[in-house]
Amino acid sequence: MKKMTFGVTPSQTIGPFFHYGMDWEGGANLVGENVVGERIGIEGRVFDGSGTAVTDALIEIWQANASGRYTHPEDSQQTPPDEDEFIGFGRTETDDEGYFRFDTIKPGRVPGPENTLQAPHISVSVFARGVLDRLATRLYFSDETEANAEDAVLSAIEDETVRASLLAKLTESDGKLVYRFNIHLQGEQETLFFEI
Amino acid sequence: MSDAKFPLLHPDYKSTVLRAPKRPLIPLAHTISEITGPVYGHEKVRPLDNDLTRQHKGEPLGERIIVGGRVLDENGRPVRNTMIEVWQANAAGRYYHKKDLHEAPIDPNFTGAGRCMTDDEGRYSFTSIKPGAYPWQNHSNAWRPAHIHFSLFGMAFATRLVTQMYFPGDPLLPMDPIFNCVPDERARSRLISSFDLETTQPEWALGYRFDIVLRGRDETPMET
Ligand SMILES: [Fe+2]
Repeated sequence: MKKMTFGVTPSQTIGPFFHYGMDWEGGANLVGENVVGERIGIEGRVFDGSGTAVTDALIEIWQANASGRYTHPEDSQQTPPDEDEFIGFGRTETDDEGYFRFDTIKPGRVPGPENTLQAPHISVSVFARGVLDRLATRLYFSDETEANAEDAVLSAIEDETVRASLLAKLTESDGKLVYRFNIHLQGEQETLFFEI
Repeated sequence: MSDAKFPLLHPDYKSTVLRAPKRPLIPLAHTISEITGPVYGHEKVRPLDNDLTRQHKGEPLGERIIVGGRVLDENGRPVRNTMIEVWQANAAGRYYHKKDLHEAPIDPNFTGAGRCMTDDEGRYSFTSIKPGAYPWQNHSNAWRPAHIHFSLFGMAFATRLVTQMYFPGDPLLPMDPIFNCVPDERARSRLISSFDLETTQPEWALGYRFDIVLRGRDETPMET
């Protein structure tokens, strides 16, 4: 056990009035013209325990680039220079019907424990009025069957319904790949959230 | 378990009842996905973004304040070059937000949103006006104590923090269900800034100090 000398500042709810304070240029669109990778859309809706749409949530995503590298000093993997302009952070709010959407690329596989590779995934944060701390989850891709089967985090989830809450389902709309990822804060279809 | 962790369901704060997950959170040992995070893309912060009193033609009404402090990790190391976003109500307790229906005046000279980056020592500073208390619908005669909303990234996905800063001696604090979501008194007290004569500028603004400690990105529930 390491010595904790400094007490952590507790979280507080983001409340209902964050929108003008958390304006992020290009928030929902992570891809510039020159970014390498398969363009995908991520669409979803946020629900509370009664099945009512959550219309005042903030969703943030963090992901690797197409070759599985994070734009961060801690990731020492080499990356082709033309991928440099991808940062991998997105932020958007839910609309009046609880919908959100991101335009991004499909991330590559990143290193996992003991020389394994993780399945492609996106880290997701959910904030909302009535949510006392950032809810963290992961978005995996329904069509990555093989990689998903090898993934240490996914495999550790025994309940199949719960595991399925992390799988974004591939659909196609206007020839574009769109993954559907609904977030249920509570209830029978409750999304699995992680203690990070 | 850190004393800053607490149950997500707090029925006194009504909105948690249908929004708090009921299944326990699943511990996730940190991988590269959790120890990295958005540290670029913040270049758009401009020098005046941390002065909320100078975003319009005139000066906002209210008591001018300077809020500053340091951002540290659990080991006391400064968190350098990290972005802080703040937003708050105006001096009358009204947000610049279309869904805020509180019948208090909007101040044409105050939006109430700002950003800044920490320096090499983890220091930051905002100039603003003291936000007013405002009523909310949680229970009868419910008033939120004056507060400023803070959002911080830190160095990793794991260190992300959204919180609220309060003012010392506010009589509304003991009865505020949101402040009291944090059951541990010591942890809760870290949400209250302290009046700071050193930050206070003569003939100009009152100073408040608010130090923020982010979770270490290496900390996993197994370690504690
Ligand atoms: Fe507020």
